[in-house]
Amino acid sequence: MDTDKIEKRIVLKASLERVWRAVSEPAQFGAWFGAAIDGPFVAGQEVVGRIAPTKADPEVAKLQEPYAGAPWRIRVERIEPMRLFSFRWHPFAIDPAYDYSQEPMTLVTFTLAEVEGGVLLTITETGFDRLPLARRAKALESNTGGWEHQTKLIEKYLAGTAR
Amino acid sequence: MSATEGELLAAAPAFAALGDAVRLGIVARLCRDGPLPTIALKQGAGSVTRQGVTKHLRVLEEAGLVTSDRVGRDRQWRLREQRLADMRAYLESMSAEWDRRVERLRRLVEE
Repeated sequence: MDTDKIEKRIVLKASLERVWRAVSEPAQFGAWFGAAIDGPFVAGQEVVGRIAPTKADPEVAKLQEPYAGAPWRIRVERIEPMRLFSFRWHPFAIDPAYDYSQEPMTLVTFTLAEVEGGVLLTITETGFDRLPLARRAKALESNTGGWEHQTKLIEKYLAGTAR
Repeated sequence: MSATEGELLAAAPAFAALGDAVRLGIVARLCRDGPLPTIALKQGAGSVTRQGVTKHLRVLEEAGLVTSDRVGRDRQWRLREQRLADMRAYLESMSAEWDRRVERLRRLVEE
């Protein structure tokens, strides 16, 4: 059982080449991720940019607006063309007054596989267990949703100890 | 339904400050019987010394999970439930953020 991992799987109705470009080319990556990225992705190297509200979705753009221009950085781990792209970063590192550099980073991995009708994209982010709790709580403001498995474990735990 | 020990341990990593069975146990006790003085928490913590319990309580306090009030020469400890709720919301938020990113990516490549 894994409690420090987020995993998303989606079949995209597009060619392998199209999906690969969208995750591995900085301009395309930035367009959906919500960042203006200053350099190429090179395995083992850090690349910097700025948080840039996405143009694709006005509602999301509004949410991101307060963070626009905040520094954005990742360290590219592995690039295996058409198959895998991974990087490490500090998720929600949006407080300009806070030094994140001493904190552990999470690892984000994109894996592509051709399937009938498109490309199965699997995204995992691991390493949340090691993030300082205080910062996890601080990072809340802009978000809602459901990491169901994790939530259920905690609910179960609290239900079991409440009596 | 009562959480088994296995389930408690499985939940432990979710509480980064609780990556430890003793601290998880303290939170469980405060959840069930709190608020409690340090001495009562020590009595429920098996072979851990009072000093050890105090150290664990400090870690929990720094993480914002518990807080204390001075009562005579001891301290009375209680859970900060808002913090637990915040933590759960954080875990949810990380996932939701990815859902939004994936949806934008889907639109980009399927256009």
